Amino acid sequence: MSGDNIFTGLTAEHDSDARWAFGTGFTEALAGVDTTLPPGVRGQELATYCQMLGDDALIQAQRLVHWVTDAPELEEEVALANIALDLLGQARLLLARAGQADGTGRDEDAFAYHRDPAEFHNVHLAEAPRGDFARCVVTLLVLSTWRLALFTRLAHSKDPVLAAIAAKGVNELAYHREYAVSWALRLGDGTDYSHERMVQALAQVWPLTGELFATHPVEAALAAQGVGVDPVTVREEVHEVLTQVLTGATLAAPAPFPAGEVAGRRGRHTDELAPLLDELQKVAREHPEATW
Amino acid sequence: MVATASDTEARERARERAWEAAAAVTDPELPMLTLADLGILREVEIGQDGTAQVWITPTYSGCPALAEMRVDVDSAVRAAGFEHVRVRTALSPPWTTDWITEEGRRKLTENGISPPGDAPVRPSGPVPLTLLPTRTIPRCPLCGAADTEELSRFGATSCKSLHRCRSCLEPFEHVKEI
Repeated sequence: MSGDNIFTGLTAEHDSDARWAFGTGFTEALAGVDTTLPPGVRGQELATYCQMLGDDALIQAQRLVHWVTDAPELEEEVALANIALDLLGQARLLLARAGQADGTGRDEDAFAYHRDPAEFHNVHLAEAPRGDFARCVVTLLVLSTWRLALFTRLAHSKDPVLAAIAAKGVNELAYHREYAVSWALRLGDGTDYSHERMVQALAQVWPLTGELFATHPVEAALAAQGVGVDPVTVREEVHEVLTQVLTGATLAAPAPFPAGEVAGRRGRHTDELAPLLDELQKVAREHPEATW
Repeated sequence: MVATASDTEARERARERAWEAAAAVTDPELPMLTLADLGILREVEIGQDGTAQVWITPTYSGCPALAEMRVDVDSAVRAAGFEHVRVRTALSPPWTTDWITEEGRRKLTENGISPPGDAPVRPSGPVPLTLLPTRTIPRCPLCGAADTEELSRFGATSCKSLHRCRSCLEPFEHVKEI
């Protein structure tokens, strides 16, 4: 669009309805991507796996959005909103892939707005309370390091769509981790007060890390086929990165990750998820005819 | 029907026409740049039945401008005389700022936006962690000074960060290397 008035492009030179096509086929996240399943892959399994990765991103994005208008500085608000937007984009692609893989043809909105808490597959750390800014930094540090390790491997998935989504995500997640690292260093190695807040945040987040490396049967099955990644295989790498960051931030080297069991991946959630979804889904459920 | 040399030629000319129409579409968030400048336009094909298929690639997964660009490409190619147009998404290989053309970089600078440096080289293994600032420090696109500081790694859109020139004191945006 050129010219002084951004609205002129909407009316001039367009006699078709195409300009007004938002809410139609044009918004599909995977429009025109070849979505054939690789041979031997069970569609239902791939769909569940895409929901796991997509729900982690969707729920974390919704949590991050709670910082908008409420972050310590405008720059941080913009940063957290951008990170949330990247994650939302990843969620859209993954949930669209899930709807194709399971044969239902459900779109991203059907997954985001019309599932109940027990049908969500995200890990608990994604839905955990927002807490203070130190906790936001620690949560983002852990989740971005973990997701980056998973996506680096998924970029070689035998499912070409998943591989493409992951390869794209790696570049974004590298920025997210960099952001979290810069704040972890600044707060950990800052004042006594900021250091203490980081210690408290780590104490709150650390018990939730065990679940990140617990393997769901679907993850095991798809990992065996070269389509997915067994999260236990990234545990060491994630721990090593976090140790480097936390010791660099003059915080104590982290304890080993606690043992965790598969919970959110099976649809078992904390009490935090239902109110988060109420807010996320309210408009779509109250106005089923609405398009955007 | 056997395709003759002139059929092939006509199809190639049609392809060029569709390409040019799609290439001229501008980015809603960086309106000084066309899709060709950005390297977002990946491929154009004309089918046997005359359908124009256009592949574009998203910059960031969550880039909200993509839906708008699809609509713009669709109407631009239609306006170039193609009755049937399909705008498709190419997810792989992922977009990189290295695909922004020299022309695109010049236009960015002219508009006060610092163009990206070289994209980070991604090894096939784990993304290396560095605890020191690693990204390039952009020159001020307004006065050309090298002495600039980063205000925020994230700016008004996914693709830009926010900086300030210590010499002319003006704030400016930089297209992040990705």
